[in-house]
Amino acid sequence: MRELALHILDIAENSVKANAKLVTVEILVDDNLLTIRISDDGKGMSEEFLTRVTDPFTTTRTTRKVGMGIPLLKQAAETGGGTFDIKSQVGVGTVVTTTFQLDDIDRMPLGDIAETATTLLYPNCDFKWIYKVGDREFVFDTREVKEELEGIPIDSPEIIAFLKSMLKENIESINGGIII
Amino acid sequence: MKSIADIKAIREKMQAQIISRDNESEANEIRVVVGMATCGIAAGARPVFNEFVDQVANRGIKHVKVTRTGCIGMCKLEPIVEVFVPGQEKVTYVHVDAEKAKKILDQHVLGGKICTEYLVGDEA
Ligand SMILES: Nc1ncnc2c1ncn2[C@@H]1O[C@H](COP(=O)(O)OP(=O)(O)OP(=O)(O)O)[C@@H](O)[C@H]1O
Ligand code: FES
Ligand SMILES: [Mg+2]
Repeated sequence: MRELALHILDIAENSVKANAKLVTVEILVDDNLLTIRISDDGKGMSEEFLTRVTDPFTTTRTTRKVGMGIPLLKQAAETGGGTFDIKSQVGVGTVVTTTFQLDDIDRMPLGDIAETATTLLYPNCDFKWIYKVGDREFVFDTREVKEELEGIPIDSPEIIAFLKSMLKENIESINGGIII
Repeated sequence: MKSIADIKAIREKMQAQIISRDNESEANEIRVVVGMATCGIAAGARPVFNEFVDQVANRGIKHVKVTRTGCIGMCKLEPIVEVFVPGQEKVTYVHVDAEKAKKILDQHVLGGKICTEYLVGDEA
């Protein structure tokens, strides 16, 4: 993958597939530390499965034997001077936390968070995005959007287009000119 | 700065359109499905998905639904796009990028002519 935003998309799709009702994505920049945390209230994984999940031969998919999403993110974190952690509990949910050193030359760029967020608009699954750089913070919660929509699907092309431009503006203003 | 409060105006416009549109049945809907498993995302599925969505939104195309699917089982051929036209066989495009996506939309989805150069087996 070329961007951390693509890893976020991929890991969050796991949450959606695990029947999460709410997925929280936190992107936090504090000095030289970038933390990305994806938490869900989906079906979770057993302890036994979890110990194997970062091993590239674990998957519950049927068309192919190998699950790649989690191992790839772990690898990206570890080559980017960072850390990887996954916690899960059956019936409760899953939390994936990665950290990166901002100035590590092997760190992937964060990439297009607005595009990732608008690729993750689902009628039956909500997302809360917390984007924080220093003490500037932007929160995007699809539950608030759905309230305004009065039943119009959140994944209608017109709504996606608007939300994308809204997110781009807000993220740029939080970034304040720096590229993460 | 745009905010969630701006959605009200967009919603009202859309609600008006829904009322004025005569019950266009789902049977006439063309579906465009983008493969978004890890391998698809890594190969560039996100810009492909977004190109379809942007085009459909910007051009006000009403009878095309863009959706996603997980694993299609052909990692090496990702990004993969499937087009379902009612009453016709599914067409599978491989190694799609944003530029090819626009062509698939114009030529096949809207124009009815399959883009034979992007089919399985014809890729370089
Ligand atoms: N958030 C989650 N909640 C519950 N189970 C999960 C979650 N994330 C991953 N899993 C389980 O771990 C497995 C491995 O995930 P991983 O993303 O590595 O591969 P995958 O999703 O199977 O395939 P792909 O390579 O397309 O991502 C999944 O098949 C799923 O069973
Ligand atoms: S994982 Fe690549 S097509 Fe299924
Ligand atoms: Mg996955």
